[in-house]
Parts: sequence; structure tokens; C-alpha cells
Amino acid sequence: MSALHRLHGFLALVVAVALLPVLFPDNYFVTVVGVTIGFNVMLAVALNLFIGFAGQISLGHAAFFGMGAYASAILTTRYGWSPWPAMGVGLVIVYVVALLISRPILKLKGHYLAMATLGFGIIVNIIMVEAVDWTGGPDGMSGIPGLELFGWAVDSDLRWYAVMAVVMLATVLLSLNIIDSRAGRALRAVHGSEVAAQTLGVDTARVKSQVFVLSACLASLAGSLFAHQQNFISPVSFNFFFSIEVVTMVVLGGLASTYGAVFGAIVLTLLPQVLVVFEDYEVLILGTILMSIMIFLPQGLFVGLVRGSTGLLRRLRPAAVATGD
Amino acid sequence: MLDQILQFLITGVTVGSTYALVGLGFAIIYNASGVVNFAQGEFVMIGAMSAVWLLAVGMPFPLALLGAVAITTCVGLALNKFAIEPARGATVITTIIITIGAAIFLRGAALLLWGKDIFALPHFSGEETLYFGSATLLPQNLWVMGVTAVLVIAVRWFFDRTLTGKAILACACNKDAARLMGINVGLMLLVSYGMSAFLGAVAGILVAPIAFTSYDAGIMLGLKGFSAAILGGMGSSMGAVAGGLLLGILESLGAGLISSGYKDAMAFTVVLLVLIMRPSGLFGRKAADRV
Repeated sequence: MSALHRLHGFLALVVAVALLPVLFPDNYFVTVVGVTIGFNVMLAVALNLFIGFAGQISLGHAAFFGMGAYASAILTTRYGWSPWPAMGVGLVIVYVVALLISRPILKLKGHYLAMATLGFGIIVNIIMVEAVDWTGGPDGMSGIPGLELFGWAVDSDLRWYAVMAVVMLATVLLSLNIIDSRAGRALRAVHGSEVAAQTLGVDTARVKSQVFVLSACLASLAGSLFAHQQNFISPVSFNFFFSIEVVTMVVLGGLASTYGAVFGAIVLTLLPQVLVVFEDYEVLILGTILMSIMIFLPQGLFVGLVRGSTGLLRRLRPAAVATGD
Repeated sequence: MLDQILQFLITGVTVGSTYALVGLGFAIIYNASGVVNFAQGEFVMIGAMSAVWLLAVGMPFPLALLGAVAITTCVGLALNKFAIEPARGATVITTIIITIGAAIFLRGAALLLWGKDIFALPHFSGEETLYFGSATLLPQNLWVMGVTAVLVIAVRWFFDRTLTGKAILACACNKDAARLMGINVGLMLLVSYGMSAFLGAVAGILVAPIAFTSYDAGIMLGLKGFSAAILGGMGSSMGAVAGGLLLGILESLGAGLISSGYKDAMAFTVVLLVLIMRPSGLFGRKAADRV
């Protein structure tokens, strides 16, 4: 039942993602904002593995996103590499860094872990600003080449939409599969109680480290794609606020729900676009929305809505539910 | 060289004093409610900005400072009443996001009210340079250090000697037991938020003549205050003060002797190293996990 149920949601997502550009081929919100949503969904789903399912916290995930982006940008513009191997090297760098810091950092819990990841993110961001010879400093780097796939140049908004749609859906599918695998059960056990998981033979340190590294590598991949799509990057895109924004996407949608993370990423990407009309009030409204959702729906907007509607259905059709599985 | 180091130490202790006050605010709220209040830095900003504003509308200087502290304290009380209290029982990560939301809200409100300009308060008692050996300092530096010292002692006295202070500590130990002893837990939380906002406001006002202020000045200060509290061991208020001073001095030495661009990176590296070597902070007690 759960496997089938799971696929239903995914298929609905695939259909929606495929239909949108067909229905609205020239819509700014589909082809331009849609691509940004793709990046954010990747990041949120990746971070949700670590925060939502493993029950840890990271306030510095933008660092990995940025490391991927800068690895791609530096190798392609300064050394003339082609984008694909550059992306691979970025991935390897992030893999090694994440692996190295994961063991000591993941021993920490709660607020201490929040501080450590936050500190890591800020340090990486400062290096991006200060290592001017490599990164171009606060002005960033421009002239990053676009992507080419077997002779097919990804050179229009619509083509980027297609690429990001595929990568994003793959990430979602990966997340869904991990959660229902042996590793996913181990993860959720760590979330429930680390000690209990240990007594049942789960190598908790290893599980946490693995999911952290995986989450970081996915962020790095998103970063590389981001650099090639934007053709320009600067440290602002990878600062503390962006880390917080991704965490907010995860929490907004609902922790430990892959679709919740997708939903959160979509809402939080669209919100500023919509709020632009309020100009000066934008920041104020964003803060208000964030606070009120967390106060009144602490389990997340998506999860809250789903539970609310199933609860309503149950009340409307008590008999049908009672005879169901 | 030695003179230079003395100079860096003076700057470091001044900056560190503000970190100490912000860190103390973090520790007080954390102690009373287990919440890490990421809007702490915004108290600092609101204190400084509302002082600037009250001065601009023609209030006399001392009155403007008092008014600014009062405004900020009210903001702190409101934060507890309208954002923290309704979400009682929420998980750590939810409360973190709520306080981050509150921080964004307060920043947005400040942007609306006061715009994006950078402001400075006048120095409290002139700008005549004083000499301390061969190092120089401004009277304002002494104000920062002096008032911080007085406040830290006062907070210490409050928790050690007064009934209200002990009641707050009792809430930190065990809320239910405290309630059974007739302590009004909700009121104690309110008091701790008020105190914390008060300390933040004073820090902001003290440092505004030297370091300037703007609607987004609270973020970095908040993060540094959090670092100070973590460095000292979350929940140890005197640890937070020591952590703040240490952080300020490290930063100032790092900026002067190594590189000013990397000063924040060095501060956070030290925090990371401390966390890795001593996961419960420099002065924190080792916590036992409840299984």
C-alpha cells in the first residue's frame, strides 16, 4: 500500500511538472521562476533528509551549494575545463569536506549542532568574499559557460526548465526511495532515539555522517547547475540567509515529508515574487507569515493541510474510512 | 608591538562587552525557557535605532536613552506574549524558526519606520582621546566597559540574591515542580524576555556612538552573541559573559595581527574548535542525556 501510495504522489508531481510548460510556455512564473524553484526543491529535499528524517539540524547548507557553484565557476572560467568534469570535481571536493567535518560536528546535538553548522557556513562564505584571486571577491564571477548535453545546448529558459525538471524529479525519487529503504529506516530510528537505534545495532554515527554527506553532495550538484544556469555567481547567493531560507522551506512544508519539502520550496520561492508588489512591506509580511505558520501549524503547512483535509474527509465519510485499511 | 597589542585589547574588550551583553541575554532566555532566541540581535538594533529616533524628534539625551530601553523591553515582552507563548511545547527547530521569523519581522518593521540609512548616536561624554600608556581610547569605550560590568554584576546579584531570580532558576530546573511551589512560570518567562531585551537595548545604545547602527545591524551581533553563549556553555550566564569578552578580544587581535577581512571567520573557527574539543562549551557542565 505504501509503495503504491508513494508513487501516486510522485506521478502527480511528474504530470504537473510536465504539463506546466505546455500549458503556459511563455509564462514568467513557469519558465523563469520555475527553474529557481527547481534548484530550491533540490536543496530542500536534500536538507530534509538530514533535518526532517535524521532529526539533525544544519544552518549552513548554503555553503555546500556555494562550493559546488564556485568549483564549477573557477574550473570553467579560470582553467578552461568543460562543465561536466568541473561539476564532478566540485562533487568530489564537497564529498571530502563534508565527510571530514561530519564526524566531529555530528557528535554535537541541538543548539550546539546549529551553532557548528552555522559557523561552518559563515566561514565558507567569508572565504568566498575574501579569497579575491580565486573567487573574484564580493563582485563575484561572471562569464560562466552554459551547459551542453550531447550537442544539445541548454540555452533557453524552457530548456533549463526541462533540465531542472529532470534533475529535481530524480532528487525527489531518490529521497522517496531512501526513506523506504533499510538506510531510511535506520535514519528514522536515529530521529526517534539515538540510543535506542544503537542498541538495535544501528551504527548511528555512520548513518548520520552518510546522510549529511549525501545531502551536501546533492546541494553541490544544485550549485554547479546554478552557476551554469545563471552564468554569474557572487557570495550573496550562498550566505547565512540562504541557509536559513532552505531550512525554512523544509520546516514550512513539514519536517520528514519529501513532498512537504517540495511544497515549502515552491511556496518560499513564489512568495517574494508575489510580495514584490508590497515593496517596503515585503520583509515585514515574510516575517509575519513565517512566524504565524510555525505558531499555528508547527507540523508544517503541507503536512498540516494534508492532515486537515484527511481529517475532514474522515468526518464526512466515517464509514468509508472505518472499512478501509 | 606590545603597545599595539594593548590597543587591540582595548578594542577587543569594548566589542566583547557588547557580545557579552547579547550573550547574557541569550543565556537568560535559554535558562528560563530552553529557547534560543534568534531575535536577540534585533533587540540591540531596536535599542540603538529608537534612541536615534527619539533624539531626532527632540527628546533630551538621557530621556531618549531611557525611552529607547523602555521601547525595546516592551518589544521583548511582546515577543514572548505573541510569538513564544502561543507556541509552547514546540520542538527546538520550530522555535528556532519562530524566532528567526520574529527577527525578520522586526527588521522589516525597522526598515519601514527608519529606512535604510546608517545612523550614529552622539558620544555620551565627549570625544576627547584618553591615553592609557601609549594606547588610546575614547570615553565611550569606558562607558561600554563600565556599564557592562555594572549590568553583569547586577544580573549575577539578581539570580543569586533575589526571590524572583531564584524563581526563574527554579523554572529552568523543572517547570512543573516550580509551578507546584507556587511560582508563576508564565510571569517568570515574561520577566526573562524583558530582561534579555533590556540588556540587548543597553548594548546597542552603548556601542552605537562607536559602531553606528542601521536596520540590519542586529544580525551579526545576534550571531556573535549566540557564539558567546555557546562558547561559554549554553545556560551558564557568566560563561556567556566570558565567552563574549574572549570572542571580542580574539576578533580584535585577529583583525589587527592577521587580516581584518577574515576576523569573523577566525572567531567562528575558534567557536568550532571549542565545540569539537569540548562539546558543552568552555564553562558548561556536561549534560547527561535522558533516554
